[in-house]
Amino acid sequence: MHADTDILFRDSASQALLDPQLRANFRRAMDGLMAKRKAQFPDPQDLQELRELSTAIRSRSLLNLPTLLEQLETNLTRNGIQVHWAETCDEANQLILGLLQARGAKTLVKGKSMVSEEMHLNAFLEAHGIEALESDLGEYIIQLDDETPSHIIMPAIHKNKDQIARQFSQKIKDAKYTEDVDELTAMARKVLRQKFLDADAGISGVNFAVAETGTLCLVENEGNGRMSTHVPPLHIAVMGLEKVVANLEEVAPLYAILTRSATGQAVSTYFNLITGPRGEGELDGPQEVHLVILDNGRSRIYADPQLQATLRCIRCGACMNHCPVYTRVGGHAYEAVYPGPIGKILTPQMEGVGVRHDLLHGSSLCGACSEVCPVQIPIPDIIVRLRREATHTVATSSVMGKGSGRTSTEDWAWRIWAGVLKRPALYRLATWFATRFGRALPGSAPLLKHWTAHRTKPVPAKRSLSERIRAEGGPYV
Amino acid sequence: MSSRSAILERLRATAGGGPLPTLNPAVMERRHWSAPERVVRLRKGMEAVHTEFLEAKPATWPDVVRTFCESEGLKNLLLGPTSEAGGALAATWAPGGTQLVAYDRPVEAFKTELFTSIEAGFTGTVGGIAETGGLLLMPGPQEPRLLSLVPPIHLALLRASTIQDSFWSAVQALGWTRSLPPNALMISGPSKTADIEQTLAYGVHGPKRLVVVLVDDLT
Repeated sequence: MHADTDILFRDSASQALLDPQLRANFRRAMDGLMAKRKAQFPDPQDLQELRELSTAIRSRSLLNLPTLLEQLETNLTRNGIQVHWAETCDEANQLILGLLQARGAKTLVKGKSMVSEEMHLNAFLEAHGIEALESDLGEYIIQLDDETPSHIIMPAIHKNKDQIARQFSQKIKDAKYTEDVDELTAMARKVLRQKFLDADAGISGVNFAVAETGTLCLVENEGNGRMSTHVPPLHIAVMGLEKVVANLEEVAPLYAILTRSATGQAVSTYFNLITGPRGEGELDGPQEVHLVILDNGRSRIYADPQLQATLRCIRCGACMNHCPVYTRVGGHAYEAVYPGPIGKILTPQMEGVGVRHDLLHGSSLCGACSEVCPVQIPIPDIIVRLRREATHTVATSSVMGKGSGRTSTEDWAWRIWAGVLKRPALYRLATWFATRFGRALPGSAPLLKHWTAHRTKPVPAKRSLSERIRAEGGPYV
Repeated sequence: MSSRSAILERLRATAGGGPLPTLNPAVMERRHWSAPERVVRLRKGMEAVHTEFLEAKPATWPDVVRTFCESEGLKNLLLGPTSEAGGALAATWAPGGTQLVAYDRPVEAFKTELFTSIEAGFTGTVGGIAETGGLLLMPGPQEPRLLSLVPPIHLALLRASTIQDSFWSAVQALGWTRSLPPNALMISGPSKTADIEQTLAYGVHGPKRLVVVLVDDLT
């Protein structure tokens, strides 16, 4: 959590830009992902129809959210899956710790879950003596180096195979140095299969939760999600409260657009539907399944009709793959659980627009994100809205930290600006000075230096437009 | 107040504003192919992600499975002895060569053996997906969940007549939209990852090979 410190995206982004290896790793990966996604949507009409259908499904789910959550709870409970609710990350962590301790669980394997990253669950459990091992290959790679994901779908995208080869040879017991991707994968397989076999519990996220049947859907390619949810005797799933969908029919289009948007795959290797623990007569599967539903600011986001669209997100990551800023600075520069465009609107809403308003300005508002978003979240509009929320205190607004990003320098600058514009004589005087002496102003002058640090100094015209019109015999304007 | 009530109360204070947007599923319903085309599409989609196919006839598929096991030199093949597919295979299996192992006890009784000495698992399927390629499985008491996950090779029996147009049409045809067993899944290929430099590698956690025994029962 960053609540106490001001983290400047500007600074971390500048640092990232200086790293040619990082930039090359991201450039290559993002170019590949964009091309693969494009190939999956050859017909623009089909794509638009699928986006509209997906948007409508997610909007309906949100409009019915409390009803669907209760229906989900009723049906999961009927199916033998126990449901828990947590308002905060801390409460969710405590709940999970309680479930693990009650069963004496010491080791657990995790399938990929961004909500568990949001909760900083691994660090919390380790502080309580429980080993939480990431089993998604990308997550495993970054856990070995004690890093956080730099992408929500491909967490280790910032590393290249040489870096991973060095890391494996140093950190995996008896591992030899190899840059062969198949051999590296085989090493991880060997280590992790033993962990799956031994684990006391498994933790996973949820891609979609189906209210009507009481089902948790998991999308994955590696099989680690199935391993984590089916091999250990206890399975705990965690999800943000927005993940619920009315029925399995509505999941089909979302699933179709998710894999295509995310990695350019028509379909994932596995689409796993979990509707209960080990059933009557079954020989395997977990004896107990739990679902933890997390709020962590989502109900506050939900309260605003415009910002509610943030919760339509199905976490495909297409917005980051197509973002000109993300592609150049990578995910870590955001210093947030969710990087890229979706992170830019989610993080300030979860942690406060005041403390993270810097993120909101790290955007050119080019609109590439909303153009590819499978559920048409108007990310640039929300960025603009949140920029305003950061410096204005609207009484009816539910935005966390509203107005707290206001600084006295900016405040005074706008007051002076408004004062000049409201007084014609003063305005004319100011433009007269600017046109006559503006070019003599050094680039290192206060305020101006922030502009000239990366750009050419702006040169004012020799005469203002109204002066020129008058000189040409035009009216006084 | 419990967290549950507090959360639901906050959500209820906002929910229900405005009419629900209508759903137009035309784009999902456009996918239709003839039965032979469905077979071709399924194969194309699954072969693109390294799934292997063995062609068989309704009467000969057990021999095809047997021949595959012998030619691969498999020591054993795990199956659900009371499942339809597993039972049919076991009934024709002559002694010698690849040994059939019955998954007939709780996993706790042979977890280590399952992870370390089983070379292949055999399951049936309840259908396939033509649009993208994929098999639909419904594990249960007769066919345990880990049968299609833990052994390095997964052999799956697919009857061509059960291939559906799309996942959308399949979940409706199978009645999955109304009720589901404790576990159901779709599998499109062997386990894979692209987490190292976007390079595809197969066999990361689940089966390294997926072999579909495709039974031509269309005529």
